This record gives sequence, C-alpha cells and structure tokens, in this order.
Amino acid sequence: MLDIKNLHAKVEGQEILRGIDLRVNAGEVHAIMGPNGSGKSTLAQVLAGREAYDVTGEVLYEGRNLLAMSPEERAVAGIFVAFQYPVEIPGVGNLYFLRTALNAVRKQRGLEELDAMDFLVVAKERMKLVEMDQSFMNRSVNEGFSGGEKKRNEIFQMAVLEPKLAILDETDSGLDIDALRVVAAGVNALRSKDRAMLVITHYQRLLDYIVPDRVHVIANGRIVRSGDKDLALELEKHGYADLDQKAVARMSLTPGATA
Amino acid sequence: MTTLAEMRELTTREYKYGFVTDLETDAVPRGLSEDVIRIISAKKNEPEWLLDWRLKAYRHWLTMEEPRWQNAHYGPIDYQDIIYYSAHKPKVAGPKSLDEVDPEVLAMFNKLGISLAEQGRLSGIAVDAIVDSVSVGTTFKKKLAEVGVIFCSFSEGVQDHPDLIKKYLGSVVPYSDNYFATLNSAVFTDGSFCFIPKGVRCPMELSTYFRINAADTGQFERTLIVAEDAAYVSYLEGCTAPMRDKNQLHAAVVELVALEGAQIKYSTVQNWYPGDKDGKGGIYNFVTKRGKCAGANSKISWTQVETGSAITWKYPSVILQGDNSVGEFYSVALTNNRQQADTGTKMIHIGKNTRSTILSKGISAGHGQNTYRGLVKIMKSAAGARNHTQCDSMLLGEECGAHTFPYIEVKNPTAKVEHEASTSKIGEDQLFYCRQRGIPVEDAVSMIVNGFCREVFKKLPMEFAAEAQKLLGISLEGSVG
Repeated sequence: MLDIKNLHAKVEGQEILRGIDLRVNAGEVHAIMGPNGSGKSTLAQVLAGREAYDVTGEVLYEGRNLLAMSPEERAVAGIFVAFQYPVEIPGVGNLYFLRTALNAVRKQRGLEELDAMDFLVVAKERMKLVEMDQSFMNRSVNEGFSGGEKKRNEIFQMAVLEPKLAILDETDSGLDIDALRVVAAGVNALRSKDRAMLVITHYQRLLDYIVPDRVHVIANGRIVRSGDKDLALELEKHGYADLDQKAVARMSLTPGATA
Repeated sequence: MTTLAEMRELTTREYKYGFVTDLETDAVPRGLSEDVIRIISAKKNEPEWLLDWRLKAYRHWLTMEEPRWQNAHYGPIDYQDIIYYSAHKPKVAGPKSLDEVDPEVLAMFNKLGISLAEQGRLSGIAVDAIVDSVSVGTTFKKKLAEVGVIFCSFSEGVQDHPDLIKKYLGSVVPYSDNYFATLNSAVFTDGSFCFIPKGVRCPMELSTYFRINAADTGQFERTLIVAEDAAYVSYLEGCTAPMRDKNQLHAAVVELVALEGAQIKYSTVQNWYPGDKDGKGGIYNFVTKRGKCAGANSKISWTQVETGSAITWKYPSVILQGDNSVGEFYSVALTNNRQQADTGTKMIHIGKNTRSTILSKGISAGHGQNTYRGLVKIMKSAAGARNHTQCDSMLLGEECGAHTFPYIEVKNPTAKVEHEASTSKIGEDQLFYCRQRGIPVEDAVSMIVNGFCREVFKKLPMEFAAEAQKLLGISLEGSVG
C-alpha cells in the first residue's frame, strides 16, 4: 500500500529526514518509535503533504506518486493523519466540519453525499467507539477541548472517514491511562485487513494496547532498526540513548554507509 | 508555497448581480442646483414644507466641505456629473397594484432572487422594491395594514401620512448632520417608510431591496422606521448594482425611532458592486444610519454584513436616550481586491443604566483595507451605563490591512466600558488541518471565515443568514494567501 524509498526532507535548510525506506502492506500496523527530534513527526507531516518541507525521494501510495498529490487529494485517496496537536477552528461546528470532510471523501469514491440527518446516524454510531459525549458534536472544532478530548476527536474523525492508511502522530502524548485505553480501543476496533496504520510514538506504553506487526526505530532521520513487537520492549528497557550509540556504531561499520 | 499559488489562481471573482436591465427612464438633467431639487420635489408632488426642508439642506450643503478624514483613498467626486433622479417609466401610468408593475422590472427582481409575488419563497417577508430613484412596488401592504402597520415607499408616506413624516423626518439625523446626510436631505428620492403602532408586533419581516440600474445615477434613499410604545419590528435591506467602470455614489440616510419599550432590529446585507479586481468602478457607499432609543426600555439592534462597494463608509449608531435602553451593533465587513471599508458604530449613552454591545468582525483579503472606527460616549447623565466592545480582524494574505480606531469618552464615573480587540492571520495550520481531511482550500477558507463571523450571522434573520454565508464565500473566492 505504501512504499517509501530514500525519502529526504529539509526545512529551512536543515535536513530532518535523511533517507527513509519503509514498506507497509494493507492490514499491517507499523509502529514508528524514536527519541524527540528524530524525525518521527516530520515523516507524518511529509506523508500528509505539509508544504513547509523540501522533499526528495519516492513515495508510492497504491501505486500513485504521493509526493505529486495535494494534501486534499491525499486525504480523499484515503490517507488520514491523527495530529499530535489538533488545531482549533472557532465557530465551525464539529459535526459540520466532519460532514464536509466525509462528503469530500465520498464524492471522490463516487458515493452520494450524506445530508445532515443521515450523517448524524453515522456519527452517533462511531462516537461510541471513543466513548465521546454527544455534547462535543455541537461545539466548535476542538475549541476548548482538553488534550485528551482533542485526541479522542481525532480518532472519532478517523472512524467516520474510514481511511485506508491511518497515521497516528503521538496520539498517546498527554493522555492519562484511562483516556489512553479508550483511544487504543477505538484504534483497535478500526484495524482491518484493508487498512494499514502507522503508529508514531515516543513511548512503548501505547504499544501494550495497540500491538504492532512491525516496529521501526528512527534516529537522526533514518530508520536504524526494525523488528517485531519485542523491539519496543527492548527499547523500553534500555532507552534510546543506548540504541543511538549502538546504531551509530553499527552504521559506521556498514560498508558504504556515511554518517 | 503551493497554497499561496493555488489561492492566487482563484482570483477571478464573479459578481453575479452585475447585469443591466434595459428600462425606459425619466431622468432629470445631470448636475445639482435649486432647480433640480424643485423638479424632484415637483415630480413627487411634495408639500411646500418638504421642499423648503430640502432647499434648507441644499443651502447648508453648499457651505460644507467633503470630509476626507476616513481611512480610504479615492479621487474627487464631481457632484455636477451625477444624475440625481432617474425613474423607469412605467408602461401603465402610476401602477397602483403589484399586478401592474412593469414585467421587465419583475423579471429583473426575479433574476436577483427577490420575488415580488406575495406567494413563493419569501412569502413571510414584505418587500419594498426600489430601482434607482423610485419604489416600484411594495408587497403585503394590505395584510400589514390590517394590524395597523404602515409599510410603503417614502414618497407614498409623504402623500398618505404627511403628519407622521413631518414629525419624525430629521428627528434623528438632522438635515445639517454631515456632508453626505445633508446632500441626501436635499436630493433624496425614495426609500421606505415603516410605522408600527403602539403595542403591535409586526407579523412579518419587512425588507427593502435597493437596486441601482441606470448609469451615472446616484442613489439617495431615505428610510424612516418608527416603532411606537412596546412595538416590535425586524427589518432587512439588501442591495446590488450593475458592474460599471465608473464609480457611482450611494448616499443614503436611515433613521430609526424606538419609543418606550419598543424594539427595532435592522439587518443589512450590502452587496453593491465592489469594482473589478484592479479597483476600477464600484459603488461609493457613504451612508448615515442612526437610531434613537427615545423611550425607556427600548432597544435598537443593527446587524450588517458588508461585502460589496468599492468604498464603504458608515457607522450605524444608537442614541440611548431612554433609561435602561439597549443598543447593539453586530458587523461583518469584508474587503477583497481593492475594496476599502471604514465602518463601525457610535453608541451615545444619555439615559441611566443604558447598555450597548458592539461586535465587529473585519476580514481583509487581496489589497483590501478594513477599518473599524467606533465611538462609545457616556454622558454625565448616564449613571450605571455599560458597554462591551469586541473587534476582531482577520487577515488573508500579505497585502491587505486591518485598522482599529476606538474612541471612548466617559463622563460618568459609575459607567463600565470594556474594549477587546484581536487581529489574526488565517492560520496555515487551520487550513492544513481542513485540507488533510479532504476539504479543498477554497472551501476551507470559506469555512474558517464563516466560523470567525458566526456570532454575527447568528443575529441575522434565519432566511438571510444562509445567504450571507454564501455571499461571504463568493466574495472571498481566490482572495487569500
């Protein structure tokens, strides 16, 4: 579904991603871990189409050249990013916003647009997934939401939009243990053989609830290690600092690799 | 950035009301003189006192200088190059009922989305339709008359209700008030007159639709609304004009009088032709609007959505004379391309415990310049007066401007005046968030701006809130970066 080859990204002259290679198949959940500043979130932003980055390399999404697509084209093609810091849009109703988004996606898929009543039925059903209170629906997009409420709202949006590729950018940050459980349960309910997920996180904790098929560690803009779910546990034990040194040591031993 | 480029690409802005209808007209010669005023007055068969009032205004106007303090730039206006009266010639002399209105006029209004039939989409709203200098028809007059409400063109009001007109004309905006109001007093041609008698709640929305059609014509309308004790009325005005290369002057006066316990809600959706994207043509909208809360516990509320005109220059104001009276001003002003707006309000607190609320939302795009100018004046007599002002500006792009000039004068120590202001740029983050959810840039901008204005739109009558939102979307097309 997603094939990333030698992806580089620069912002204001500074190189953040230095050659990412990653392949994600439908039905798989990949965790991307790494220390702060390693480039995890940049990867999410670049895949979403953020224009602030100067990007080179190749990204194929369902065989299409993703980097040539606008953010909205990517979205209607089935890419969804649950943001680390969801923005507030004062005065725009949460439900209205989401219905507009869903109808944009449906239009692309050749489906009829949903009117307010039909949409409400869908929304109410999906809200249960993240145990969201109905009062959220009438509030403005993320306005006055707590950190945890914003994250729930992201997963709720994901449940409504039914993406093919979901990228969760530090969805666990700022969540207490109960909220984390709710959010993770929502995400797990959305796992399916047709849907791939990239779960970006700093902590192993989230992966106790969302068990990944693959774990990748990013350091200094490169994937330095990949493994199964046990890699996350190893990191939890030894920390990133240990891994960084090992990774750097190993890389410098790899023929042809330059720092 | 791609966003910028994409947004710029959309700079073709369509003004869909820019058509001209070919109507046979009866016009006075170009230019202004006492003779022209006499001709206008004679055409309208006016009583002597009204002609005298006009002439008094004209003579005073000759001694005045055109104000240039507003934050807008434009070339000199040649007052002798304007046609001050232009009326389409009815096929039937003096149509008495709506059935006799010229079909071409009806077709023009249909094209504008305004039905002059008493059934159909706007069936809950009475309409006075004004083209250039005259009213061409007023709907629901009979039904309104049953409850004692007078709703007619100003000219008819002068003929049929001279005592009421004489009593209230100039009682809020005197003929000597300011340059453009004084000019209007001399040459005003038509407008609407509404009178809601004591204790009556007007059973439907009243509205006037102003249409400038003829070239080189100035529109100088005058509207007077009087609500007697405990009466209530909600009134709406809408306006459009053809696209022309030459600027046209629109200098209107609106006077509102609310007696004890009365409420007047006045809403405007102003969509005069704004000129093209290089600033050629468009309407100069220089308007004086003022209401007087003459009685205790009365309330006047102005809501305006200003998206049109090359230059907008207006300050719908409230004189809070009656104790416990309330004044409100809710405004959305949008300037795109080369449009300039200098708008705001004046709240003059005279009575005790008078309250006023000001909520202004300014949106600047393209090279648009948007100024909020507001005065809150608390007189010595206004013990316990309160005002809350909030002015928010949103900038779309790098070349537009937002300016705020609040004037506050407080002469009573028990008064409370609050002023809040904010200026923000439309957020790249907000836009990106919308786009990541599949919403195209243009729709995202419109959505974010509409959200910004929502508190004001909520104040509009339901039928018009949706239109105002749509209008904002159209006016914004391709405006941002």
